[in-house]
Amino acid sequence: MDTSTLFMTLLIVIAVAYVSGRKRAMSLADKSKGGFSNLNSLPFYHGALAALWCGIPSLLLLLGWKLFENSIIENLIISGFPDAVKSLPESELGLMMNTVRNIAEGANIGVDPAPYLLEAAARLQDVEATSQFGVTAITISLCVAFACAAIWHIYPEKKARNQVETTFKNLLLVSASLAIFTTVAIVFSVLFESLRFFEKVPFFDFVFGLEWSPQMALRADQVGGSGAFGAVPLFAGTLLISFIALLVAVPSGLMAAIYLSEYASTKVRQIVKPLLEILAGIPTVVYGFFAALTVAPFIRDSGGWVVDFMGLQMVVSSESALAAGLVMGIMIIPFVSSLSDDVIAAVPQAMRDGSLGLGATKSETVKNVIIPAALPGIVSGVLLAASRAIGETMIVVMAAGLAANLTANPLESVTTVTVQIVTLLVGDQEFDSPKTLSAFALGLMLFVVTLLLNVIALHVVKKYREQYE
Amino acid sequence: MSKKTIELVNKNLAKRKRAEKRFRLYGISAIGFGLACLLFLFTDIIGKGHTAFLQTYVKLNVTMDAGVLEISDINNETEVAAANYQGVIKQALRDRFPDVSGRRDKRKLYALVSNGAGFDLRKELEAKPELLGQNFDIWVLADDDIDTYIKSRGDDPAQAFTERMSDKQLLWVETLLAEGAIEKRFNRVFFENGDSREPEIAGIRGALMGSLLTLFVTFILSFPIGVAAAIYLEEYAPKNRFTDFIEVNINNLAAVPSIIFGLLGLAIFINLFEMQRSIPLVGGMVLTLMTLPTIIISSRAAIKSVPPSIKEAAMGLGASKMQVILHHTLPLAMPGMMTGAIIGMAQALGETAPLLMIGMVAFIVDIPGAINDPATALPVQIFLWSDSPERAFVERTSAAIMVLLGFLITMNAVAVWMRRRLERRW
Repeated sequence: MDTSTLFMTLLIVIAVAYVSGRKRAMSLADKSKGGFSNLNSLPFYHGALAALWCGIPSLLLLLGWKLFENSIIENLIISGFPDAVKSLPESELGLMMNTVRNIAEGANIGVDPAPYLLEAAARLQDVEATSQFGVTAITISLCVAFACAAIWHIYPEKKARNQVETTFKNLLLVSASLAIFTTVAIVFSVLFESLRFFEKVPFFDFVFGLEWSPQMALRADQVGGSGAFGAVPLFAGTLLISFIALLVAVPSGLMAAIYLSEYASTKVRQIVKPLLEILAGIPTVVYGFFAALTVAPFIRDSGGWVVDFMGLQMVVSSESALAAGLVMGIMIIPFVSSLSDDVIAAVPQAMRDGSLGLGATKSETVKNVIIPAALPGIVSGVLLAASRAIGETMIVVMAAGLAANLTANPLESVTTVTVQIVTLLVGDQEFDSPKTLSAFALGLMLFVVTLLLNVIALHVVKKYREQYE
Repeated sequence: MSKKTIELVNKNLAKRKRAEKRFRLYGISAIGFGLACLLFLFTDIIGKGHTAFLQTYVKLNVTMDAGVLEISDINNETEVAAANYQGVIKQALRDRFPDVSGRRDKRKLYALVSNGAGFDLRKELEAKPELLGQNFDIWVLADDDIDTYIKSRGDDPAQAFTERMSDKQLLWVETLLAEGAIEKRFNRVFFENGDSREPEIAGIRGALMGSLLTLFVTFILSFPIGVAAAIYLEEYAPKNRFTDFIEVNINNLAAVPSIIFGLLGLAIFINLFEMQRSIPLVGGMVLTLMTLPTIIISSRAAIKSVPPSIKEAAMGLGASKMQVILHHTLPLAMPGMMTGAIIGMAQALGETAPLLMIGMVAFIVDIPGAINDPATALPVQIFLWSDSPERAFVERTSAAIMVLLGFLITMNAVAVWMRRRLERRW
């Protein structure tokens, strides 16, 4: 039975357990003693308890089995290889394993495989069939056994309700804790691979190194391919593009928010605000396409013209930081404007009235009263926008370059942390080369920086917010 | 003294009014800038992409010659499947332009018609075996270079994009065009095919299915978990450090860059649990982790908006906490939760970066049918095509973007509609 059929079967058994548990509880409700009132819990709870008893263990078992099945089978197969093959490095064993899988699936692999591979493929089919049979037999019998036990164990005084309610609460708790597990998983996955990377490349070389060329030598005696993992050019490129983006987004986002909340009529506001928010809903890959095919060529051509006109000796790259930054800025305009809108709206009306009553114009009120009052919120919004810009991937992957230039010239091509993560990890990779691991180190940096920005943003709001009410 | 003050005020008044006007102007121009960008983006994409919905076809007079096809028995399925349809098409082209000679010219001639045209013939023959040996007219797909030429040509040959065509090809195409043997038709291939290296037979069906399967997994996982988490936090969670910790984590996850979730998926799902690469199941799991914060936050808002009096009334009638939640809070909060879920799904649909990390960027021709078939997703397909140099891929990329944006706009419109129609005000 394949896994989805097995899953469906289990669900059916669970449903049957619920129905029969309910039935049994109802039949136990003695009419002479006042019907249901002699049951401690409603029949629903008895049924639900039976369903929980048979569902949770078997589904957990199925999940665990499926999670670890592959790696266990792989180890079994590899341990059956001849000794000479077994001592190969991990990456080659992985390739070997793929060949075995392909043979087992009947795919044509071109050349005649070695006999031990054929043998392994046969064994793989065998083990997989056994494993599938095993998991089917065990989960279904477990499910049925628990269901029978739970249903047989129903008696009028049983406190099914308390048990079901506690389990319900615990299931909710587990769901809520998933956020913690995710954070922990992120930290561990990035941290472990990064630590492995820092064993090979010293931490300070990574953080302060000025040269980035993550090509590793294929052979130990190869010349000039040692690879340089200095991440400063990447940080500089990321900051440059994010800075350009903020330069576009902060003034226009802030002014848009001020205009919409202080000047615009309700009608204009109702139309314009959703329209601006569309900008935030457009997928980043669309912005990337727009940047790469429309904005970047435009900047290259018009920029080239300007450079010629001014008689400068410069080349405007077709992957300029300016193009990526501009488009990214457009993307975060609504982000800045809606965050600022919220904080501006939170400034009490009395302060505006006071200022206007003293004879200030509207713009003076905005500049001298509202913005100072809303400043912590605005600053935190800008920080959040910055963290957005730093972590943005698709726009820069499509519109920014790959070459790690250390430059502050927005017309040149720069690369960013996210671009490098994508280029290093897309496609097949070996997990023991520093080249691949460096992507995780970059991921760690990215995670830490964005987290810090968020924490600071929250802190700014908490600490400096004026309490008006 | 008061006169002095009023003079001072009046002196500055004009200046201050000018400043006021300027400030208003800044605001209007900021909004104008945002809206102009939006307008420009949409017109740019639509301008580039609308042509992809039409595709150029060439009319050929083919003879289904059994000898050329190398079919000896029409009922032999493998023979029919492997027959030399390309040969028939080449024959038809040679018959149409009999004066073409020389290998290079012939190859140029054959290049007028798409490599995929053979499939059309095969489908035709498989459906109607009696066509074998017959002579008939059929419209076949033109090559992408011809397609680009025809589309850029419009009514004026001088404007056309001819860089990838030889003079002879131009002549042939103009001849065909003059006699009405070239036509633009609705591009069904674009919606029916999977990816391909040939722009004219590349379609978004595979990517669309991949996206749907991925979204299916995301929804199945993230909606129940998100709602459960929201119920816990709103109804059960005691005020303690652990609860605070959960909330901090949810808020932080909402701000973690999406690519980090891709790294998590790569390290945990693919590396540690050795799950298959490039499958919607893993993609959906990664997107689940990413959209959970959105769903939890909006579900909490929906639960909060259910008036406490309803819950208290239910409790007063003896309902247990679970009954209050399942019978009253959840049904009343459901529209709000669904709205949040749709918005979360729209976010997940547009997401690309995490899917790149878990290998959903492979070149996949087959249309996926299950959550463990290798697949790409629509945004990833856009990313892949945007890298291709052919001009025909640019319009296809834009068209794919239009389809993607269409989905997103529909989803958001449904969310807005639901919020207006179903959400109750108390």
